[in-house]
Amino acid sequence: MAERYSSFTPGGTGWLLQRITAAFLIIVLAFHFFQLHFVNHAAEVTFAGTQARMENVGYFLAMVLFLITAAFHGINGIYNALVNQGLSGTPKKVVFAVLALSGVALVAQGIYVAIVMAGVSV
Amino acid sequence: MSQSYNRGLIEDFGRWKEFSAGMWAWIFHKFTGWMLIGYLFTHIAVLSTAIGAADGQMMMLAGEEVNVYTGTIQGLESLFIIRVLEVGLLAVAVFHILNGVRLLMVDLGIGLDSQDKSFYASLILTGVITVASVPTFLQGVGF
Repeated sequence: MAERYSSFTPGGTGWLLQRITAAFLIIVLAFHFFQLHFVNHAAEVTFAGTQARMENVGYFLAMVLFLITAAFHGINGIYNALVNQGLSGTPKKVVFAVLALSGVALVAQGIYVAIVMAGVSV
Repeated sequence: MSQSYNRGLIEDFGRWKEFSAGMWAWIFHKFTGWMLIGYLFTHIAVLSTAIGAADGQMMMLAGEEVNVYTGTIQGLESLFIIRVLEVGLLAVAVFHILNGVRLLMVDLGIGLDSQDKSFYASLILTGVITVASVPTFLQGVGF
């Protein structure tokens, strides 16, 4: 049985990056949930509290990296799921462009918000 | 000895009655993945109210004037349905994380023989963590 069941091109960078971002996200997503639901409660979040957290350079960088890896992992995951379902030809190219653009827009908006939260006036 | 057979289109969801543990894991991973990326867009949209807050935009919340970021988040958090959705989000995230660990193990060739058992373990652990988190998530809206 030599058939492959993976959604990814064998040996592709997409496959490897999906795994690397996964390993990072396992830790950061668990931390994020714990931090904002168990240590701090979401219902008690204030702008001042968010600013205080985001003014910490380490936390800020972790959150920005979290956003970039999550956006990549999610968008790449959707793209591969659709390819797996049989997406090909021109629709595949269109979907790729739309997803890539959405991902870039999401990351750009997220970084802008993060900078504002850190108290830097843009 | 190699054996070849026509497995049909593996992505044919109409064949769900024939699905094995690995196939269900695959489907749940896709489903939770779609939920999580969809949520990420919503999350950044809500957090974008920080831009208005930094600009001094205010709103009324329970008769008090607060900045638009605090007001939006606390306003949403005061809704029971949002708390229920958050429990759902936790369940989805926990399953995706646990099954993700399982997939990394499969990729590394570790414990391939028990990949079905590790799927059931992911499901059970997700259920336990989710149920245990309910009191924390519903604090202030009934608990």
